[in-house]
Amino acid sequence: MTGLTDAALNKQGAAPQDGPGSRLSLRRWFQDDASEPVRRNLGLVAVLLVLYAIGAWSRADIFLHPDRLWTNELTVLTLASSVGVVAIGMTFVIISGGIDLSVGALLALASVWSSTVATQQYGVGVMVFTALLVGALTGLVNGVLIAYGRLAPFIATLAMMVAARGLAQKISGKTTQVVKEEGITNIAQNKLLGIPWLVLIFAAVAGLAWVLLNRTTFGRRTAAIGGNAEAAWLAGINVRRTQVLIYVLSGLCCGIAAVMVTAQANAGSSDHGNLYELQAIAAAIIGGTVLTGGRGTIVGSVLGVLVFTSITNLFIVNNLTIEYQLIAQGVIIVAAVLIQQLRVGTLRRRSSS
Amino acid sequence: MTAADEQPVVLRLSGIVKTFPGVRALDGVELEVRAGEVHCLLGQNGAGKSTLIKVLAGVHRPDAGSMLWQGEEVSFASPQAATKAGIATIYQELDLVDDLTVAENVFLGHEQSTGGFVRRTQMRREAQAVLDRLGHGDLRVKRVVGRLPTAAKQVVSMARALSHEARLIIMDEPSAVLAHDEVANLFRVVRELTSRGIAVVYISHRLEEIREIGDRVTVLKDGRTSAVNLPARTTSTKDLVNRMTGRTIEYVFPERTKRVSSDVAPLLEVTGLSLHGEFADVSLTVRPGEIVGIAGLGGSGRSELLETIYGARASDAGQVRLNGSTLPPGRISTAVRSGLGLAPEERKSQALLLDDRIYRNITLATFSRYASGGLTRASDEQAAARRMADALALNPSGVMAPVKTLSGGNQQKVVLGRWLLDPSQPADGVVSRNRRRASSGTRLLLLDEPTRGVDVGARADLYRVIRKLADDGLGVLMVSSEVPEVLGLSDRVLVMREGRLLREAAAQDLDEATVLDLVMAGSLLEGEQL
Repeated sequence: MTGLTDAALNKQGAAPQDGPGSRLSLRRWFQDDASEPVRRNLGLVAVLLVLYAIGAWSRADIFLHPDRLWTNELTVLTLASSVGVVAIGMTFVIISGGIDLSVGALLALASVWSSTVATQQYGVGVMVFTALLVGALTGLVNGVLIAYGRLAPFIATLAMMVAARGLAQKISGKTTQVVKEEGITNIAQNKLLGIPWLVLIFAAVAGLAWVLLNRTTFGRRTAAIGGNAEAAWLAGINVRRTQVLIYVLSGLCCGIAAVMVTAQANAGSSDHGNLYELQAIAAAIIGGTVLTGGRGTIVGSVLGVLVFTSITNLFIVNNLTIEYQLIAQGVIIVAAVLIQQLRVGTLRRRSSS
Repeated sequence: MTAADEQPVVLRLSGIVKTFPGVRALDGVELEVRAGEVHCLLGQNGAGKSTLIKVLAGVHRPDAGSMLWQGEEVSFASPQAATKAGIATIYQELDLVDDLTVAENVFLGHEQSTGGFVRRTQMRREAQAVLDRLGHGDLRVKRVVGRLPTAAKQVVSMARALSHEARLIIMDEPSAVLAHDEVANLFRVVRELTSRGIAVVYISHRLEEIREIGDRVTVLKDGRTSAVNLPARTTSTKDLVNRMTGRTIEYVFPERTKRVSSDVAPLLEVTGLSLHGEFADVSLTVRPGEIVGIAGLGGSGRSELLETIYGARASDAGQVRLNGSTLPPGRISTAVRSGLGLAPEERKSQALLLDDRIYRNITLATFSRYASGGLTRASDEQAAARRMADALALNPSGVMAPVKTLSGGNQQKVVLGRWLLDPSQPADGVVSRNRRRASSGTRLLLLDEPTRGVDVGARADLYRVIRKLADDGLGVLMVSSEVPEVLGLSDRVLVMREGRLLREAAAQDLDEATVLDLVMAGSLLEGEQL
């Protein structure tokens, strides 16, 4: 029913006087600030196509062969899934004007806590529940420190990053906790209609997040706080409560990702999620989320993760070492932001003449 | 001043054109500024004043036209180039670094140094000398700028301009952020500058200021110069306003059509409200259909009073009752739910999401009431916002554009409209399925400087809107530093000084001189203390 209403809303939303329906307003659509995220996301799709072209040129045997291409792209998507889920939580945080440096450490903590011998004996359900609960509760601590303790998000989550990683090491004794529950490993191995569960989980989280950001009051509050926290507060929005919920959401995403990573590795480890915070932030930025808050899209972050992972994939299939990947990833972050600025700039200049 | 005509022309602009996407902001502007004169730029919001300033300051490069600066054709590639050439700009939002001292701010960007080491003592001495020249030797150069009042910050900005050896200083509405007595001080500094042959381009919405300080006036309308070099003192107000608008607008206040009987139970009752260091023991009432105006200078506690009533600050003592029920101190959400609305003083930083669409700004306080089960209903919101835009004659009436594209007056209408929406009313015949909080709608509006930065034409429009709201039964509590506005618009007037209410009277029983007297007496006392 929700879907139906939304479709109806979309139709009504594109009212004749404002919508991009007529020829005249198509030009306006290209200049309109509000449609800028869509243009940017189309740009990211173009980047993905370029990456595909490079793949086709360097490894034609994979990229021009339908079956192998499909397998390879599923590999890319699987690779992207856990970082992607974390990046989606991060997107909410950044749109609200904050930052969450603790995501990688929260993932490790959730992974370790949910895979201790004690937890494992209660079965899959409890393990998953533990991971989600640990993620959400640590996110709650972040949120309370930031919203009510008035700590800067950078500081609060930096402290959490260090402390959570330490706690994860303490619980696991720095050993890898092998998962004996088949239910967990199945998550990484099972497929539905040929698509791995991990990818489906990523898609589901992204879909829900899109609705949450664009169609719910919570999403509106998130964007309002990031756009102008004082105006939001003076309009009667409960800024602090919303902030807490945003960090809980980010933590929850880490919990989900923890289950995914644990399943893939068939083990819980305090080393999981290393550098995830940087990858998630990078993906959000590549996807056009503005670090000062107020603006950003879920689709952009998903595309950002895919761009990132596709590059890694290109290096792997061409047998290049990890050092080059890291360098390339650094370059792509800067390039993405530069290209966006340039593109927006040229559009403005052209339309002014 | 009599010599102004004989002074050499320092700046001459002709045929300046500047376009932005979809807008021809400047369309052939002429300007001639002589050394030592105060040249006033007059024009409605959107007439192109800000763009023209930015062209002069080197922020924008004109698409066409010529710019002669001290006899030479120039084109500034950057603000630094303009500063170097001797043109300094003092924006409304002063570009000072709050954490640095007065001296450091004066020499910001051109610190005096030997071999990379800053020469502090020399900078302090020279900053002090510049301040002395401006007649503000009492301002200590070691003080951190962030702790200074706005008026003093302005002086620091001007000292910086002087330290750059500026020959032309552009002042963008410098008086808008100042209280009445501070404006006199500003004028003293301006006269000091012009007596040294420095030219000043002065922008203000207040005609009386232009009469007092200005030599000549150039009027902008729709990106063109509609009049150049009018004598500032002798040109009639009617003439000036005519050239700005193309139609005669005066400060017309709408008629008080209804009289609110004093028997009517008050909507808002404030008793003994106090906030330490801001105001004490304030009691007042507002009845439905009544506009109550508070006259007072900046710093009299008037804005803080509104914010405390609204719950943005928690009071130390006293009580706020709305419609018979007591509001908890420091709880905005409860105040909003009970029917209070606030249009804050700083529209852009306190009220608007500038990058966001107009309709989403209009529904910022009510979107959750339009929502059902946590899902927002964009079409309902848009329909409601569109009707509100029509009702308020919001121009242009499309509600999908970003709110930053609107002029100040229209932005204020967006803020007013936010509080006038009634989500319990069905939008376009579709009955909202969710009314989990039976909405009472806004009953009482708190307006803090409702017409700040709003041009003359749009002001009359806002006055009409506010009066109409009161006629429809809303209570209005308004604060303004412009006495004619308080007297002209309100039914009842409260005079505030140093955190206390001094006088309460029907607006008809007061005249401008009486109110000014009451309001300024406090500022004189303050002056003596310093």
